[in-house]
Amino acid sequence: MSTPNHTASTHSEEENYLTNETTIQSWLLTKDHKRIALLYLISVTLFFTLGGLFASIVRLELLTPAGDLLSSEFYNQAFTSHGVMMVFFFLIPAVPAVLGNFLIPLMVGAKDLAFPKINLLSWYIFMVGATFAIFAVLTGGLDTGWTLYPPYSSTYSQSRVALAVAGVFIAGFASILTGVNFIATIHRMRAPGLTWFRLPLFVWAHYATSLVMVLGTPVIAITMVLLFLERVFGFGFFDPAKGGDPVLFQHLFWFYSHPAVYIMILPAMGVISEIISTFSRQKLFGYSFVAMSSLAIAILGFLVWGHHMFTTSQSAYTGILFSALTFLVAIPSAIKAFNWTATLYKGSVSWETPMLFAFGFMGLFLIGGLTGLFLATMGMDIHLQDTYFVVSHFHYIMVGGGVMGYMGGIHFWWPKITGRMYSNFWSKLSALLIFAGFNFTFFPQFILGYMGMPRRYHSYPEEWQVLNVMSTLGASILAIGYALPAFYLTYSLIRGKKAPANPWGATGLEWKTASPPPPHNFHETPIVTTEAYDYQSLPLSETPEKEGVHHG
Amino acid sequence: MSAPASPAMHPAEPHAEPHHEEHHGPTVKMYFAIFFALAILTVVTVLAAMFDFAPMLGKEMGGFVNNLVALGIACTKAALVVLFFMHVKYENKLVGLAVVASVIWLAFLILITMSDYLTRTPAWADWKLFSR
Amino acid sequence: MANLAASLQHHFADFKQQKESVVLGMWSFLVQEVMFFGGLFVTYVVYRSQYPDAFHEGAMQLSSVLGGFNTIVLICSSLTMAMAVHAASKGNRGAIAFWLVLTIVFGSIFLGVKVVEYKEKFDHGFIPGIADHGLRVNHETHQPRPTGFALYFGLYFAMTGLHAIHMLIGIPILAIIAINGLRGKYGPEYYTPVEMTGLYWHFVDIVWIFLFPLLYLIGAH
Repeated sequence: MSTPNHTASTHSEEENYLTNETTIQSWLLTKDHKRIALLYLISVTLFFTLGGLFASIVRLELLTPAGDLLSSEFYNQAFTSHGVMMVFFFLIPAVPAVLGNFLIPLMVGAKDLAFPKINLLSWYIFMVGATFAIFAVLTGGLDTGWTLYPPYSSTYSQSRVALAVAGVFIAGFASILTGVNFIATIHRMRAPGLTWFRLPLFVWAHYATSLVMVLGTPVIAITMVLLFLERVFGFGFFDPAKGGDPVLFQHLFWFYSHPAVYIMILPAMGVISEIISTFSRQKLFGYSFVAMSSLAIAILGFLVWGHHMFTTSQSAYTGILFSALTFLVAIPSAIKAFNWTATLYKGSVSWETPMLFAFGFMGLFLIGGLTGLFLATMGMDIHLQDTYFVVSHFHYIMVGGGVMGYMGGIHFWWPKITGRMYSNFWSKLSALLIFAGFNFTFFPQFILGYMGMPRRYHSYPEEWQVLNVMSTLGASILAIGYALPAFYLTYSLIRGKKAPANPWGATGLEWKTASPPPPHNFHETPIVTTEAYDYQSLPLSETPEKEGVHHG
Repeated sequence: MSAPASPAMHPAEPHAEPHHEEHHGPTVKMYFAIFFALAILTVVTVLAAMFDFAPMLGKEMGGFVNNLVALGIACTKAALVVLFFMHVKYENKLVGLAVVASVIWLAFLILITMSDYLTRTPAWADWKLFSR
Repeated sequence: MANLAASLQHHFADFKQQKESVVLGMWSFLVQEVMFFGGLFVTYVVYRSQYPDAFHEGAMQLSSVLGGFNTIVLICSSLTMAMAVHAASKGNRGAIAFWLVLTIVFGSIFLGVKVVEYKEKFDHGFIPGIADHGLRVNHETHQPRPTGFALYFGLYFAMTGLHAIHMLIGIPILAIIAINGLRGKYGPEYYTPVEMTGLYWHFVDIVWIFLFPLLYLIGAH
């Protein structure tokens, strides 16, 4: 792709971004995007674990039809805390703030993001927001559902709404600052020769995501302000007794929260593009279509929010508009899925761990996306809204899609980030357990939802117990699958084989520098002369060793 | 931009392009002219708001015209500030696109939300319009 | 003149790249500010369309004189801000500080008037949750206030309050930039911080350009 940095391996003994400074200060006051990415990695792993604990509590209760483990009030807190932790403090930051922060400057050939200090600030803002939210959860809890709908959240809930709302508000600014940083970096800091259509699709995905972050997040921020004013001062915006409308909250909330799901999935899709291309050793089929589809999703994603409100007093006419636009927004996602599949055709496909996650993504995202069409159809949504069908739909997308993409990305770039290779056996096992566990957990929920089991209830009729038990068992397998990486990835840091600059034989500027990279990323500014995913121009030393094929 | 030498080696070499940009931009006279325009438009908007169009156009139309004039003047004032005080007239197209995008997104939020409130009356809910 | 080289951050290739990145970053931030205030504007549009008479009655409690005066004050502050940027582009240390101090003065006058207005609302009981006895009943006519009157004042405080917070954040920033300007940090090759501060300040002015007719002038007749 560029003049290969053939001295990459000899620099591995030199200092890298992990070894150049080792004080606590050098981590907590770092301006290095790579270190900030690791700070985020530690944070989101912590919040994922916390969110997972709450999920376990929910699934434990649902083993039996009676609401016998938890009071309904505490159950409300359990699913609410699960949702708040997972949505705001894991899914939204995970891929962008960990992988995006680490990789975007490398992928565009820059020394850092445009605003390194703001990058660090965004992590601190994120942590302050998380502290507020966790404090709320631990001291009195939050029981409104992650969607915080008034009038329950504004008037009747006895839980820590104001505190939680403050936490979400604050954390939103971390997201906004990340988006601002990415937009400026991608526009203005690309290396010489790196035109827009030579960028890796991971970068296109994050660019589109950044547009959503900047245009959407402020709306939930102001909505949290309004909810706070409502709850603490009785302003009345959402209170019918004062002339307000609770549905206005839903408009404002979903104006952000629908595009938010694209913040969660677009970066993961960017990861998948990189993985599929690398492990088929083919240029991504329909590159420009995939690039443009990210923008299309970002834009169209702002016009569909009312599909969360079909069963409210929202006008049926507006509902028709939203339903039609929702069908439309499925198209760019489908374009990606077709292009990924086409990339595999006649490729040299190998089954490394990242590829297992990518395949898992493709299958599960497909199911999640298709079930979205049922929900987009107003007539069907009347029956499916607030049932487990919806729960399953969004878990297929956010977990089967988003988390698989995140895990695939972590496994793909782990050698670059840490300079170590991890165990093939344990990582593949983990991927398979996650895939199997996931399906056992969530497929039964489609059936339960179709049969009418409501969401957010801690008890249910006897005849649904078998499916619920299956779901909880699946969740246990899923939990093991998620826990394993903590062990084998940590182990790799101590005993893992040292990684070369380009262990997968991938294209992209990040693979042209050492693993781990030097503090300023590149010893010389790269100059880009070829298209993206140009496997032909990789030197033989960087084509991965396959079984039975050895390089000289 | 080729491989950069340390920028500290070139402190006395201000780049030509930024200099050119600086010379593009409103003059002091223009700034004062824009200021006066804004002040006058403020007076106009106050006078227009005090004027009752209802005797001429009826209550609804009158109210509508008051709103239209007020918003029109506000948008004009905003445009003057954006184009001249904020230099957007002299900046590259990307900045202009950012301004336009923010207006469009705000329009999405307001127009689509209002489409809900405006189409909620019982007559609509009864689909009466379609059964004519 | 302070060391110009120190103004170029190490991760940028040159001043041009730094300036372009900072400008784009600042404008991206302003885009999110539009959407931030936008949530309040859509709430206003929804409720004013539902309760036009209540909003009219609410606006009549405000003084268009004070509001108009404040509008002119902010427009003056935008002029002085633009002049400060202009002075910075010429490297004129004294002028930079002069114009920025004037901008701070105008901003402070604006906030002073707002304090007067808010105090008046407090006395009349028009502040939801804090002093709201006037929101339910008209103390002169003893008639109940129409539905939506409280919403009008909720919006009044949310919108002007958020705006005032933005000014409170802006004024210390102006002060810092003024001090830096006096110290000779800005000149023709590098005055980006002054420009960016200007962008922020002008944006805050634009918000008020819309708040004034929407909150004050709808009670004008």
